[in-house]
Amino acid sequence: MIAGMLTISVILFALTILVAVIRIILGPSLPDRVVALDVIGVNLIATIAVVSVILNTKAFLEAILILGILSFIGTIAFSKFIERGKIVER
Amino acid sequence: MNGSEIGEFIGALLILTGAIASMLSVFGLIRLPDVYTRSHAATKSSTLAVLLTLSGAFVYFLFSEKFISVRLLLGIGFVFLTAPVAGHVIIRAAYRSKVKLADISTQDELYEKIHGKQTGDK
Repeated sequence: MIAGMLTISVILFALTILVAVIRIILGPSLPDRVVALDVIGVNLIATIAVVSVILNTKAFLEAILILGILSFIGTIAFSKFIERGKIVER
Repeated sequence: MNGSEIGEFIGALLILTGAIASMLSVFGLIRLPDVYTRSHAATKSSTLAVLLTLSGAFVYFLFSEKFISVRLLLGIGFVFLTAPVAGHVIIRAAYRSKVKLADISTQDELYEKIHGKQTGDK
């Protein structure tokens, strides 16, 4: 029962990431693609949590923090690039 | 069914609820007309989905191995703080770089304040 629910959850997260990839491919503007990339990052965090529950290990839980920080910094850098045209200003 | 199995079942139920919420949010991402409504669908409900999933994993590890995972709590707090901020910042950049609204939207009062008086090419 519990294993079936976890498997269905992993399949649903994979479908979510697939649909977000479709939005990245056909998104009309650059902010559409960045929003879809943000969705992919957030769903990867959740997928890592579910895989760590399925495999019954605690070794993947650091990756959640690192992936969250990297996804946030990536979105901020993309938004600065869209707004001003450059990322690091001197 | 003892207490540990009930706790594991509650954790798995939270994870399944989060997965269903994530699927619904990505339907909004693929169906809605422009980038602002898409971000409304994507950011809020996928934050809810990932918070439900991480809470489910926390409850599962709490009841199955009697293990309080501080990393999962930190991840919950971090995602809860940063995901709405990231959505706001990317939509602010999109509006300032003149991404068009959807055709069915009727009013745009911020345009003159930011970009000046040429509202012809909204």
